[in-house]
Amino acid sequence: MSFPLLTATAVLPAVGAVATAAVPAARRTAAKWLALLVSLATLVLAIVVMVRFDPGGARYQLTESHAWISDFGVRYELGVDGIAVALLALTALLMPFIILAGWNDADPLETGSKRWRPTQGFFALILAVEAMVIISFEATDVFLFYIFFEAMLIPMYFLIGGFGDRAHAQGEEAASTQRSYAAVKFLLYNLVGGLIMLAAVIGLYTVSGNFSLAEIAQARANGTLHMATSTERWLFLGFFFAFAVKAPLWPLHTWLPNAMQESTAPVAVLITAVVDKVGTFAMLRFCLQLFPEASKWATPTILVLALISIIYGALLAVGQRDIKRLVAYASISHFGFIILGIFAMTSQGQSGATLYMVNHGISTAALMLVAGFLISRRGSRLIADYGGVQKVAPVLAGTFLIGGLATLSLPGLAPFVSEFLVLVGTFTRYPAIGIIATFGIVLAALYTLVLYQRTMTGPVKPAVAAMPDLKARELLVVTPLIVLLIFLGVYPKPVTDIVNPAVKQTMSDVHKTDPKPAVEAAK
Amino acid sequence: MNAENLIALLIAAPLLGAAVLLVGGRRLDAAGHWIGTILSTTSFVFGVILFADLLGRNADDRTLMQHLYTWVPVAGFQADVTFRLDQLSMTFVLLITGVGSLIHLYSVGYMEHDERRRRFFGYLNLFLAAMLLLVLADNYLLLYVGWEGVGLASYLLIGFWQHKPSAATAAKKAFLVNRVGDMGLSIAIMLMFTTFGTFAFGPVLSHVTDASEGRLTAIGLLLLLAACGKSAQVPLQSWLGDAMEGPTPVSALIHAATMVTAGVYLIVRSGAIFNAAPDAQLVVTVVGAVTLLFGAIVGCAKDDIKKALAGSTMSQIGYMVLAAGLGPIGYVFAIMHLVTHGFFKAGLFLGAGSVMHGMNDEVDMRKFGGLRKYMPVTFITFGLGYLAIIGFPGLSGFFSKDKIIEAAFAKGGTEGWILGTCALVGAAITAFYMTRVMLMTFFGEKRWQPDEHGHEPHPHESPKVMTIPMIVLAIGSVFAGGFFSIGDRFLHWLEPITGHSEGDSPISAGVVTGATMVCLVIGVGIAYLQYGRRPVPAVAPRGSLLTRAARRDLLQDDFNHVVLVRGGEHLTRSLVYVDHTLVDGVVNGTAAGFGGLSGRLRKLQNGYARSYAVSMFGGAALLVAATLLMRAV
Repeated sequence: MSFPLLTATAVLPAVGAVATAAVPAARRTAAKWLALLVSLATLVLAIVVMVRFDPGGARYQLTESHAWISDFGVRYELGVDGIAVALLALTALLMPFIILAGWNDADPLETGSKRWRPTQGFFALILAVEAMVIISFEATDVFLFYIFFEAMLIPMYFLIGGFGDRAHAQGEEAASTQRSYAAVKFLLYNLVGGLIMLAAVIGLYTVSGNFSLAEIAQARANGTLHMATSTERWLFLGFFFAFAVKAPLWPLHTWLPNAMQESTAPVAVLITAVVDKVGTFAMLRFCLQLFPEASKWATPTILVLALISIIYGALLAVGQRDIKRLVAYASISHFGFIILGIFAMTSQGQSGATLYMVNHGISTAALMLVAGFLISRRGSRLIADYGGVQKVAPVLAGTFLIGGLATLSLPGLAPFVSEFLVLVGTFTRYPAIGIIATFGIVLAALYTLVLYQRTMTGPVKPAVAAMPDLKARELLVVTPLIVLLIFLGVYPKPVTDIVNPAVKQTMSDVHKTDPKPAVEAAK
Repeated sequence: MNAENLIALLIAAPLLGAAVLLVGGRRLDAAGHWIGTILSTTSFVFGVILFADLLGRNADDRTLMQHLYTWVPVAGFQADVTFRLDQLSMTFVLLITGVGSLIHLYSVGYMEHDERRRRFFGYLNLFLAAMLLLVLADNYLLLYVGWEGVGLASYLLIGFWQHKPSAATAAKKAFLVNRVGDMGLSIAIMLMFTTFGTFAFGPVLSHVTDASEGRLTAIGLLLLLAACGKSAQVPLQSWLGDAMEGPTPVSALIHAATMVTAGVYLIVRSGAIFNAAPDAQLVVTVVGAVTLLFGAIVGCAKDDIKKALAGSTMSQIGYMVLAAGLGPIGYVFAIMHLVTHGFFKAGLFLGAGSVMHGMNDEVDMRKFGGLRKYMPVTFITFGLGYLAIIGFPGLSGFFSKDKIIEAAFAKGGTEGWILGTCALVGAAITAFYMTRVMLMTFFGEKRWQPDEHGHEPHPHESPKVMTIPMIVLAIGSVFAGGFFSIGDRFLHWLEPITGHSEGDSPISAGVVTGATMVCLVIGVGIAYLQYGRRPVPAVAPRGSLLTRAARRDLLQDDFNHVVLVRGGEHLTRSLVYVDHTLVDGVVNGTAAGFGGLSGRLRKLQNGYARSYAVSMFGGAALLVAATLLMRAV
């Protein structure tokens, strides 16, 4: 038996989480280093997966399959296609930066505070989330996926509710209440989604007698498994609802701004750049593959909801006074683009959507982590409390601007490629929707540049006059992210090459081909 | 080494400069400006080498292509990083790197006392790289990268003194208005893709005739929208006046000579599309004619020397857009005017900068007067630029503008008469406002006063590093037009790319020239009577309704403010409220209906992980039960 590489990518952070939690209370720094090293080792494994993955090969590769609960047909089945590899790589890549950015976020508060802030717990929880997210990307057994899709809520709940920003305008008591509210809201929204999905999972099993993604899809494709139209639609809706909450899609989005504003910046990145991606990933992998007809049936509605997300999220971002809430609403807008790309059902749209997931992860990480550095210096999330930072901390302001430019999809940076692909992929099938979605690029410029102007330019506010510029650790976080944004903006081929064959598969799952141009001008 | 391999180096040199200067940090402060200037000049030298190479080839064999790599490969969609150097892009390369290098040199002196000079040169180099990418790209998507790249450089440079709130606001406004135009470019590319399956110049422009006219008109209008944003044409012109917040060399390079002409490039480059879409062409000419009058009227009313020149820029680009809308009658002259305008307008802006340099950064022309005695070099070079722009016989602007007015009449029919008349009236107004600028700045009595600290300005000539670029540009302003026109040199150079036709003018070229001269004399005469014969009041008189409207950019800003800014604020504020109460409330409420969740949301304390675990367990139990049941059946 060959080495279970995929299992290792998940087990390593899981074991790391336990080990980090077990570090004695006094050895805080050791726990941080351990977590960082584990995340780096996981990244190495993810790179090995990427290298071993053959884009021209079978659909699912590096597969592992073991009987688990044989009575119910549940198997421990792992396998990755190009889409999963890309997201696995993104997750493993972002983790070291998240850990490094949050290096001091969970240090004990000054004496006298009753807050529980165990450093070890913070990093252990982050690694636990990583393990669960990774296995969600790898699972090809529906039940196995469901378990980890749901289980990751638990460490996330504690990360949101247990660790907030250090300073808070209304005092620690109020902060704690708001954190709890955000954490509970996050939990309940996702829990409801999960329970509805559970019903659909059971339903799927009753219909197919099987949990294996590949087998069900195969049986559906060659007609041995017939599903009544209404059954398929109900099952689809059950799955889709859970993923739409997680993604999040309008109008199920309101948990995200609360969760992102109350958590520390690294955890906010963990939510929007990593955990939420499981939702959009699962739409591609499960909804389209298991329920192709129902997916097509629901497409018009979903496209409209995605369009609303894009415009609505962007308009809401314009109206925010809190930096983190602004980034949260911007993310809602971006998730709208991703979902639009998936359900436009064109090669450009789906490749674009997958690339979008990767690029959005990197760009949001860059913007949000720098915002976190900014907030930690001033102790406020309110935009109005800043002004003129550019003068005193030019490097911080410059990196913030680059993060912002990535968010508004400036050509030359990675998100432009994916956003354009999504737009063009949508436009070829649904011109009106493509055009309306394009308004999002104007609104994105508006919320990003207004944020930059209000915080970074103008006269220096007294409260920021002594603000130090980025420190070495912070630069170590931001620089690689910016380099990646530029690299993938100029040369996205390494990612698209991995993703394209998987998209081709998905397109054939839903029996769709790209619309033909009116004139054959290309050779 | 093949010449085409040099093309990428044109872009690489300034790009390297930008990277080094922006990442290099303070240790480069001492030499940064020279690094930037040398790399800009390097690019110019590559440009000259390539130009010599092109000249050595046959007229129909002057297109060089360099394929670097495949940029975005997705099924059915391919964007390459491929450069195309032909007569059209070559013209731009020389203009951009030539004027660009001169302005780098000028900035060495102009920005000498600015502690962030290194960064300024980094941004300037970034601009050059993006602008060169824009004109060298071989497909619309790559062009788009340069297109927004120059927008970014423009944003950074307008807001260079970002501690001034007005500069930061102007920068943001420029970017946003341009984004509206960029939306047009974006959708145009998508429409090209659905129409042709590609957006590379070659296949698209050679298959135009296979596509329906409706699609081509739509593509043309979308490209025009993009051009309006970048080239400050009505209705997207409002950002250009505010852009004068940037340091003056920026106004000269980006907001006069090069970037703002990108819209004209886009239209001329896409000539095949417009030729097949007459309706779109008509709209292009209307936009050009309206803007040339709009900008000229605004230019008459401004007391800020840079804003007067900005109005003029808008107006002159209006001429170019008008010419480009005329089709093959006008393409060559649009580009010729673009080049001569690059010389004289850059020269005029550098002259204005030189005046400001000597006058403690004062921009109000009512506080100038009589400066010719104090700054002779500035006076003479500015004066030559002035003569060139008003179309004084023999100077550059005379040749290029005259050709555009002729071409407008040559369009024929009522349209030709209307467009030609607009262009003539514009020439008169141009003569008026430029004479006004000239008289208020360099003639009459000195009108400056000590400032509130009692410091009186001591006007003085600028250092050589600034005057030399001004002199070179003045030489271009004088001779370029004549040089291009002798033996129709410029026409023969560009014709293989743009095509050319003579049109059918109802009046002879001589009559047009005569009429233009009459307009010129009228404009100069009125300005002389108003500003030369009488002393200029130090405080602006109230002025007529039109003057007051023109001072406020013909109320477009007021419109924008009321409709877009205020309206937008109300919209976002109400949406924030709706999201907080309605959407959140309804979703939470619905959830409550299903499972009493809102009660739990309110409780907020303790026990949630436990209750969650219970639900998980419950769910799993349900699953087991269901499975067992099914197996039993």
